[in-house]
Formats: sequence, structure tokens, C-alpha cells
Amino acid sequence: MSEPSQARLAGHPNRLPRPKGELEALEAAWERPKGWRIVTAVNNTVVGYFYVGTAVLFFLLAGILALLMRLQLAVPSNTFLSPETYNQIFTMHGTVMMFLFAVPVVEAMGILLLPQMLGARDLPFPRLSAFAFWAYFVGGLIFFGTLFYDVAPSGGWFMYPPLTGAQYSPGLGADFWLLGIGFIEISAIAGAIELIVGVLRTRAPGMTLDRMPMFAWTMLIFAAMIAFAFPAVILATMLLELERAFGWPFFMPQKGGDALLWQHLFWFFGHPEVYIIFLPAAGMVSMIVPTMARTPLVGYRMIVVALIATGFFSFGLWVHHMFTTGIPALSLSFFSAASMAVAIPSGIQVFAWIATIAAGRMQLATPSLFVLGFLFIFTLGGLTGVMVAMVPFDWQVHDTYFVVAHFHYVLVGGMVFPLFGAFYYWAPAFSRRPLSERLGKVTFALMFVGFNVAFFPMHISGLMGMPRRVYTYPAVAEWGVLNMISTVGAFLFATGVLVFLLDLVRNLRPALSDPAGDVWKGASLEWMHNHVYGPRSVPLVTSRDPLWDQPGLSEQSKEGRHYLPGTVTGQRETIITSPIEAVPEALQRLPGDGWPPLLGAVFTAGFFMLLTVKYVMLAFVSGALALLMILVWMWSSDPAPLPRAEIGHGIKVSTYLSGPRSHSWWAMVVLLVVAGSLYLSFVFSYLFLWTVSPQVWPKPGQMPPSWWPILAATLLAASSGLILLAGRFLPSRNGVAFIGAIAVAVLLLGGSLGADVLSHWRAGLRPDADAHGALAYMASFLQFQLVLTLVVMAGFAIARSLAGMLNLRRRVVFDNLVLLWHYTVAQGLFGLLLVHGFPRIA
Amino acid sequence: MSGTLQSVLAPHGPQAGQIATLAWVLFAFGAVILALVIATIWLAIRGTPHIREALARERTIMVFGLALPVVTLTILLFCGVWLTRAQTGHTDDAMRIEVTGEQWWWRVVYDGPTPATSANEIRIPVGQPVDFTLKAADVIHSFWVPSLGGKVDMLPGRITRLRLTAERAGVYRGQCAEYCGGPHALMGFNVIAMPRDEYEAWFVREAGPSAAASTDVERRGQSLFMAAGCGTCHAVRGTGAAGAIGPDLTHLAARGSVGIDTLPLTADNVARFIRDGQHLKPGNRMPEFRIFSPAEQTALVSYLMSLR
Repeated sequence: MSEPSQARLAGHPNRLPRPKGELEALEAAWERPKGWRIVTAVNNTVVGYFYVGTAVLFFLLAGILALLMRLQLAVPSNTFLSPETYNQIFTMHGTVMMFLFAVPVVEAMGILLLPQMLGARDLPFPRLSAFAFWAYFVGGLIFFGTLFYDVAPSGGWFMYPPLTGAQYSPGLGADFWLLGIGFIEISAIAGAIELIVGVLRTRAPGMTLDRMPMFAWTMLIFAAMIAFAFPAVILATMLLELERAFGWPFFMPQKGGDALLWQHLFWFFGHPEVYIIFLPAAGMVSMIVPTMARTPLVGYRMIVVALIATGFFSFGLWVHHMFTTGIPALSLSFFSAASMAVAIPSGIQVFAWIATIAAGRMQLATPSLFVLGFLFIFTLGGLTGVMVAMVPFDWQVHDTYFVVAHFHYVLVGGMVFPLFGAFYYWAPAFSRRPLSERLGKVTFALMFVGFNVAFFPMHISGLMGMPRRVYTYPAVAEWGVLNMISTVGAFLFATGVLVFLLDLVRNLRPALSDPAGDVWKGASLEWMHNHVYGPRSVPLVTSRDPLWDQPGLSEQSKEGRHYLPGTVTGQRETIITSPIEAVPEALQRLPGDGWPPLLGAVFTAGFFMLLTVKYVMLAFVSGALALLMILVWMWSSDPAPLPRAEIGHGIKVSTYLSGPRSHSWWAMVVLLVVAGSLYLSFVFSYLFLWTVSPQVWPKPGQMPPSWWPILAATLLAASSGLILLAGRFLPSRNGVAFIGAIAVAVLLLGGSLGADVLSHWRAGLRPDADAHGALAYMASFLQFQLVLTLVVMAGFAIARSLAGMLNLRRRVVFDNLVLLWHYTVAQGLFGLLLVHGFPRIA
Repeated sequence: MSGTLQSVLAPHGPQAGQIATLAWVLFAFGAVILALVIATIWLAIRGTPHIREALARERTIMVFGLALPVVTLTILLFCGVWLTRAQTGHTDDAMRIEVTGEQWWWRVVYDGPTPATSANEIRIPVGQPVDFTLKAADVIHSFWVPSLGGKVDMLPGRITRLRLTAERAGVYRGQCAEYCGGPHALMGFNVIAMPRDEYEAWFVREAGPSAAASTDVERRGQSLFMAAGCGTCHAVRGTGAAGAIGPDLTHLAARGSVGIDTLPLTADNVARFIRDGQHLKPGNRMPEFRIFSPAEQTALVSYLMSLR
């Protein structure tokens, strides 16, 4: 259905009077907790507010660290900060800005904006976003707090070993980084799963992919990139933590490890990370420009192609962070070409915005100014990016202030300026009052001038030979002057941020219902009359710019004349639509507010942080409590199927979906992509270290006898077979056979893992002996994590079946178990082939 | 620091010269493109209806957003690839120097029949291509002399190489460019390019042992040096001191600096570094020696200052 049929259109808007009590029931279902209980809220508007607020807090904190660094560097041979303090501060500045500000804030903007923009009532897994937020909030604050106890990491945000290994960084700082950031990455992945399923499955009826707001496109690609990129750094942090804690030598050259492995894994994440941050900001620009120019976006489809191309290319150029590591010239040229190619999609976007500006009449309000500032700064940053993609030029400027200037132009220009534009643009949608145009223009002027004064001179100081990450520098004339100018600029920029905060205090009046609303006359659905539950009724969308092309839509929606004008079941609900054409498929009941996501996140954070400070017992208690909270929350998920429900206009949809049509199935598939990506990073690590140190790989004669892996593989395959069998028992009343099949399958799965580990141990292989040993056990370790998850999920499925909550129709819990099970078996079989087979043929 | 050069834009060798030329081409390219973008934005906002109508088409995106970058970037890419190859090619007429990055100093070994070891200062003949063999003893460092050429990382467990040539005599400052913890900021060194005959005369002295202590004070200093255990970490060729942990001191007094490349070699500074090294170079691996009486300190410093 590329165009809605006449029949369906004819029903819109529904002109019948709305029944009494319909609106009241809707509002009752979505009533938010009062007072301090607001922390138990899971609704996207509340969580989104908290999330954006926390991210801005970390922006301010990391900004203060930047000002401290600028004070230290204002004059040569300064002693304002000690070297150790400075090293901690620059490490924390980068880490906090990247992991606690940049990624979370765009994720937060997605959680806050997307449901409204897509015409959904909420995201499909509200408790998951609440969990992701609280995990980030608690973990982030503890991580930042390490600065005050002098246990902050000081190995740089890139954490290169061996400097960050146990020998050269014996303190707790590096562990805080590895466990803290690893944990926050998991929260980012949780958010990404939420956003992917949200964008693909909860759009308003009729909002085909081709009509989707550009911001939703960017968030979709953003989230997909997180699913592919973050696992690489999660694996890297696991490897380094295992090396630090137990001496598994992944990065120690004496034992066959290699420091460059970390760099490959880190930048395989780290380069896409830049685009992960930039794409959503570009999406914000693509929303602001058409509204401000009062004309549809020019080149919509070209922009979509450009976004996808950026996402794709960004995974192929991580080596450009390693041009100076002595890599052969041929590889250098390949990655140089890829690095330049990625500039092209950005060029397409920049000129699409310019064409849009030309097509309309640009209203020079504060959001427009930030967009224009962005265009200037980002273009300059992009051009210096092309320069550093030139290998010989990079040999000179790599790790100098030139690069510091370059990536601040790209990141601050490409992300912070659009974000501030977005704050000014979208504030009226979430506040009873818009922000001040007068203060906004002052903010922009100070930030724009301050930024350029601070960062442009850094290009020159870098060319003058000043390296990065230095806590002081000798009294060379030019360096001193340039650094002083940079410091002045940084404080100018900070003043701009202060004015912005003043504006927030004076004008931001958070409103979940009846905000100031459509002050800019925008085209997308978030400018309808929105409430905590989104629009009163979910509109039928027939255009890319619905509020411009479908006159009266906002009023009709407000009067309940479109889909789902109330609540069918008395609970919170949203409409599940098909992923491409957005045809209504089901009515999804959404969970209400509650403590488990918050407590689950606090205890999960507790687990990681207690583990860091080596309170192992307490850590496991905290971990068990976290698991308990998650089980409590999961128990109330997957509600029983109800009769088909009418969502308005005579359309009746199912109230329960299972299998590939279920939103839950989609989430599990994304999770499998994450797991697969993590495992591929491991396979890369295995083969990479083999190319570096083949001498530590065993001869075929030193391997465990081949019947061991054959036994392990047989057990794996048998467990999968039993799970298939359990599926066939599901319809019958024979609960015993179902439970028995799952229980035996669990035993076989565990037995297979045990057999594999035992075979290595009996063959004399030890994980701390050399890189090969560490990798062989690492394969089992990764498998162990999945097996542990499956044990919990299997127990959960058994409990649900005993409680009569799992049957042929109500089967999502089992479907998810099956998906993860077969994936685990496939990964296990591949692992056996790699670890037992590869040394025999290599 | 006066008279030393440490700038990409002040090249004194063919490698740095080629890159500086490339840099200026890139800056010109960047300035033109930036001006083009600013001009189009200006026209998009303030241009005549005719111009704006022309800009508002998808063709604008195809021409400026797609075709222009494809053409210009392809040209740049070919320049870059050609220059990469030109700079990584090797010939056999080069002399070899091995440099090892250590926390937080540079071990320098001149290749020869009897390899000569030095620290934090590299002397090379003018006009002579030099192949540096680069290693790391502990963590990753990066070897960079901006006025002579690009940088190459020094990685534990790996060997990397870099060729540099100085076209004129002079002092070229280099600095560690990969963050290596602690006082990374103070890990500098000087490359001193000398006319060939001067270099050869210098090298004969450098490769030999240091002059024996000749005065009573120096001899007392030498025995203090041995008794205090300095020789556990430092070597002075021709004496019993053969430590390999810290810098070789055989010709310390012939170098320009002590401890940090920016701390000039004077008797005072040598004494300060022994007594107060953690203040001068916080975190460095040498403990502060405050066990010496003023007279002993004078003797020790006299000995060290005699190591030519």
C-alpha cells in the first residue's frame, strides 16, 4: 500500500462525536506518578527529560574539566595542575564527552522526540529505556566521582595498552574505565534496540519509510551502527580487564599478544562512533532547516542514501587512526581512499540543506543561527578531515593540536551546535514557554565566536609542532601566544553556555501535557497537540510533511478523530505497524510505571562498581538483586492475548503477536546482531594475533584429541534438537515433557561448554601462558556468558509454563528462548571449529 | 630553546619539505572549498530569486555535493598515494641509528663496528639519509621531528622504521607524540645536524670511552658514583658502571641537556636533577638522591661534568 486506499481515507477524519469518558480513561491510564515517585516513571517523555538533563549535566562537568586544562595550558611551564591530575582530567574529559555526553544525549533526544514525531504513544519497551537511563545515570555519576578520590583513569580516553595494562597502570583507575564504560555501553545498546524497534514498528499508520521524518531515519541508522560498532569496544574492554585481573596476555608482546590489537578493536568502534554522534545531529538539522525555510526538504531520498552510505563507509576506515603505526603502504592507501570517500555523503547533505534554504525563505531565529554556525564549523572540520586522510600529511599532524582542532570542529561543530539549535527548536514542544530568542542569540554569538577563537589557533599550534596530551610545554614564543588565545576562546564559549543555562532557568517550564506547542509552524507530528501519551488520537499520515499537507490534522487528532482515540483495554497502548508500509498490525499494551527498572539499574551498576573495587561477595549479591528485579519486571511482560480490538475506523487488529511479527522478536534479532558482532570481533582478534605471533600457536600434536570437540559439538547439536522438540510439546497439555526437554537441553549445553574447557585444560593449555591459550579460553568465556543467560531464560520459561502463562498462543517467552538458543549453538559450533580446527590447518 | 626548530611549516629536509608542500596545497584547497560553501549559503539566503531558484534544485546537490567532491578528492588521493610511496621507498646508502622510546627518555644507539650508545640527543651528518630503527621498551611512544619529517610510532614487540635527512646544519627539536603517561610532556630530544667532517670527528670521540677522571675531586666523584650505586642503572663505558636501565652517561658532558631536553647541561642543573629530579620531571624513574653532603655533591657533579 503505497497510497492509502480511498476507502480508508474516506473514514478520516471520523466525524462521530466521541463517547463520554473516553479521554478521561486515556488520561487515567497514562497518569504519571506524583512527587518524588516520578523516578518510577517509564514513559518516554519523563525518561527522555531525565535523560537529556543528565547528558547536559555531563556536558557541563566535562566542560569544566576542559576549562581546567585550558587554564593549565594558558602559559608555558605552568604548575596549576600536577601532571597526574592533568592526565586524569584529559582522560576524563574525552571519556565523559564521548561516552557520557555525546552518545547518551542523542539517544536521549531520540527517546524524548521519536514517539511524538512518529505518532506513537510511547516506545515499545518503556521499561528498557528507563533501565538504560538509570544505569547510565548511576554508573556515570560513580565514574565521574572517581576524580574526587584520585582514582580516575589516566591512560587517555583511548586507553592504549600496554600503558593501561597492570604493569604500567597498577591502580584502580583503568578498571573503573573498563568496567564503568563497558557497563555504560551496554546501556547504550539497550537504548539502541529500543530505538530500532520503535522506529520500525510504532510509526503512525500510513507513515511509510519514505515518509518518515529525517530525524527518525538518522536515529534508525544511528542505532544500527551502535549495534555493530559498540560490541567491538565491549570485547576490547573485556580482553583488557581479563589481562589486568588474571594475566591473560592479549596485548603483551612477550607472550604473543599485541598492543595493536587494542587499537584495531578500539577504532573499529571509535571511528563509527564519530558518525554515530554526527548522524542524529544531521537529522536534527534536516528537521530544523525545512521548518525555518518553510519548505520541504530538498533531496530527501538522496539524503537517505547519503546517511546509509555514511554508516556503511564509517566501518571501513578505522585504520586512519593508525597511519603512524608502521602499517604497509598499500593498506594505508586503501584506508586513505575510504576516509576520503566518507566525505562525499556529508557533501551531499550539506548541499541538500543549502538547496532547501534556497528553496524557501530562511527565518533567522536562534535554531537557524545554530544551523548556519554548524554549516561553517562542520565544513571546516570536514576539510581538515580530508587533509588528515592524506597519509603523509597525517604523519606530521597525527597526535598534535592540529588533530585536536580538527575533531573539535567536527564534533562540536557537527554535534553540539545542531544540538543547541535543537534545544531552542524543540523546547516549545516540551515546555510551557519557548526559550528566549534574545538570550538564544547571545548564546549563539558567544559560543560561535568563542569556539573559533579557542580552536582555530590549535591548527597552527599543532603545525608548529605541539603534540597532544601534554600537561605543559616549554616557553616557545608562538606556542605561548596561541595557547593563551585558545584559553580566552574557551572561556568565551563557556560564557555562552552559561547564558544558555540562564535561559533554561528563566524560561524552561517542563510540561508533559499542553506545552507551548507549534511556535515554528513545523510539519512533523511532534508539533500536534501532544500530551504525556503523545497525540490524543494517532493520525493517518499521507505525506512527508503531514502538518503542512493535511490541513486540520492537529485539531482532528486532538478531537480524537483518528486512530486509537482512547484506551481499548484500559491500559497504556500503542499501535504496532508493519516496518515498511506502516499498516496497523496490532494493539500493543505497554507496561505502567514501577520500581524494577530503576532498582535493576542501580543493582547492575552496583555489581560492576563493587567488582571494580574488588568487593566480590557484595558485587554478586548486588548482581543477584539486579537479576531479581529484572525477573520481576519480565514476569509482568507478555500479557495474555485478548480478543481483537478496534482501533477506530472499523479497523480491528490483534492484541497479541508472536513470531516474526512480534516487536519482541525484532528486539531479540537486534540483540543477536549485537552478539554476533561481538563474536566476530573475537574471531578477528584470534586471527589477528595468529598473524602476529604464529609461534605461540600449538602444533597439531599438542592439541586436545579431536574426539573432545566432536563430543562438545554433538552435545550442542543435541541441545538444539531438544529445544525444537520442546516447541512441539508446547501445544499439548504435557507440561512435563516440555519442562523435561528444556531441562535436559540446558544440561547438554552446559556439558558441551564443560567438555570444551576440560579438553584444553587436560591438554596443558593455560589462559595466562600465551596469547593462544588466552584466546582459546576466551572463546569459552564468551560462550559461558550466553549459556548463563540461557539458563536464566530457560528457568523463566519453565516457571511461566508452570504458572500457565506459556502456551501455543502466548509464546513470546519461548520464541525468544529459541532464537537465542540456536544462535548460541551456532556460535558454539563455530567456536569449536575455530579453536580446535584452525591450529590443525594453520 | 632559541635556534631550535620544531615546525611542520619550517621544513629542513626533503621528507618534511614534500609534506609541507602538500600541506600548503591542502590549505589552499580547503580555503577555496570553504569560501565556495559560504558563498552558496549566502546566495541561498540573500541571493536574487533567480539565483535561489537555481540553487534550490536537486542538481545543486549532484554538482556541488557529489560531482565536485568526487573529482577533487580523487585528484588529492592520487597525490597522497604517490607521496606515501615516495616517502616509504628505501635505498641502501643510508646510515642507521636505533632509537628506543622508554618512559620518559630516548635511548640512542649508533650503528657501527662498535655501536655507540647515547641518550636524548641524536647527531647526524648534513645531507646524509638516516634510517631510524624504532623500538619501545615499555609502552607505546612516537618518534617525531617536525622540521625533518613525519612521525612513526614505537611499539613494544615491533620494529618500525623512518628515514629522515637534514639538508642544513641546525638543531631540530623532536618530541614524543604518543601519550605515554606521567611526564610524557617532557619527553623531548634534539637532532643536531652537523657538517660531515665535524660529525665524523665527533663520532670517533662518541664511540670511544670517556676520559679517565683526572683530578682528585673527579676521582672522589667517581668513587661516590660507584658507591652510591649509580652504575646499577647508568653505564659509563671504560669504568665498572654498566647499568642499562637509565641513560648511558659515557659522554654526558658532551651533550646539551640533562634529564629533560629543555634543561641545559650545567653543573647546577646536574646537581638539581640528582637532588630534586622528581620536582623537575615529576614521575621519572630515577629516585631523588639527597644523601650527599654539599662537598660530595660537588665532587659527583665534577665527575659527571668531566665525562666528555
